Amino acid sequence: MVTSPTPASMARPRPVDAESLRAWLVAATVVDPEIPVLTIEDLGVLRSVNVTPTGVDVALTPTYSGCPALDAMRDDVHAVLTSAGYTNVTVRLELSPAWTTDWMSEEGKRKLTEYGIAAPTGHAAARPSGPAGPVRLQLAVKCPRCNSLNTRELAHFGSTSCKSLYECKACLEPFDYFKVL
Amino acid sequence: MISEADEATHDDGHGHVEVDATVLPDELIASASVASDDVAEYALWLGDDSLVLSQRLGAWIARAPELEEDVALGNIALDLIGHARSLLHYAGSASGKSEDDLAYWRDEPEWRSLQIVEQPNGDFAHTIARQFIVSHFLFELYTRLRDSTDATLAAVADKAAKEVDYHRDHSVQWVLRLALGTDESRRRMITAFSDMWPYVDEMFRDEPLLDRLEGVAVRPSSLRAVFDGAIAPVFTEADLEEPRGFIASGGGRRGVHSEHLGLLLAEMQVLTRAHPGAKW
Repeated sequence: MVTSPTPASMARPRPVDAESLRAWLVAATVVDPEIPVLTIEDLGVLRSVNVTPTGVDVALTPTYSGCPALDAMRDDVHAVLTSAGYTNVTVRLELSPAWTTDWMSEEGKRKLTEYGIAAPTGHAAARPSGPAGPVRLQLAVKCPRCNSLNTRELAHFGSTSCKSLYECKACLEPFDYFKVL
Repeated sequence: MISEADEATHDDGHGHVEVDATVLPDELIASASVASDDVAEYALWLGDDSLVLSQRLGAWIARAPELEEDVALGNIALDLIGHARSLLHYAGSASGKSEDDLAYWRDEPEWRSLQIVEQPNGDFAHTIARQFIVSHFLFELYTRLRDSTDATLAAVADKAAKEVDYHRDHSVQWVLRLALGTDESRRRMITAFSDMWPYVDEMFRDEPLLDRLEGVAVRPSSLRAVFDGAIAPVFTEADLEEPRGFIASGGGRRGVHSEHLGLLLAEMQVLTRAHPGAKW
């Protein structure tokens, strides 16, 4: 099966009407508190912004079900819109469609790597699933510091839900990898 | 506890922002939908499984064999808490209860979790055996629950399936490593599977509630063959045999539990019950 890149409209469903778009651009300045170089728009966590005569309705989606950063993002979205003059701001959580690393922007991946975290490699659909074979295909992860592909996974689970811990065998530095979901 | 006034002008590190006087709900939870009584009961079952297992895994933090495992088990527990929150929130929507009401104010006979999730952590091999069994079960369950006619359950399952896939992979790696490691690690892995296996049968039993949830719920009995098919290659590679022996009588879905759940709940609920309404 050939996987095509996820359309930008799915990853970043910017509103079409000018008023809502203006509010979207304000909300889109909020960053992930754990990875402050990424905005919630880069991540694909910002799902919709609607300005109505009665207020603003914003929907966010969690990266992982238990992600504790989400409450902080919610508060930040509320705060940034309120300080921009919007009133009656509601921030909702939307689980469907489920977030995927495919929604991360190319710009976001670049900023992530510069920050020292290896960006997701490949598309979610390419991740082996189905019956748990003991040997799983793993695409090489590039060291964000020296660009070597000679790296190995130290632990599936890293400092946050979305990352795993790697070690570079070339420069000997450990680094975080934003795993494909 | 931070008062409303203190929060009014805080420096959040991303620039100075003003939070207006609007009181935000404490936490952000998905779905404004209200479940019917039967759907709520089903959501309660799945939510209880996740919450009890999460509480068990949390006990490993700072005690795992290595630092990476502290982090791994903590992350898995966090994912499970996430699933439990969505499911219990939805379960409570039928009766006007919050997720916290359900988590902290129900006594043991009111819990609907499977007996396997309340089994003690034991040594690390026991925790891995339990995790291997439950992760495989949940993966098969959630991948099918994605097609539920209930939109909330389908959305929770869609998200959970991807996360549980990682949990499953983690436990497979450990089963192989322990079973094919030293004589001691192998002995412990075999003992652990034989202690956990009596509780496997209960996971696949259909309860009467499921007759009323056709298309909404997944029949556990329909998962047994795919579960067996998924674990068989791992057992073969690990040179393990499926344990044989007694089958526990079960009854978790009806509130029948082993003595272990009461102790787990006592620890989990004591703070809330000692200080009702307290907040961080």
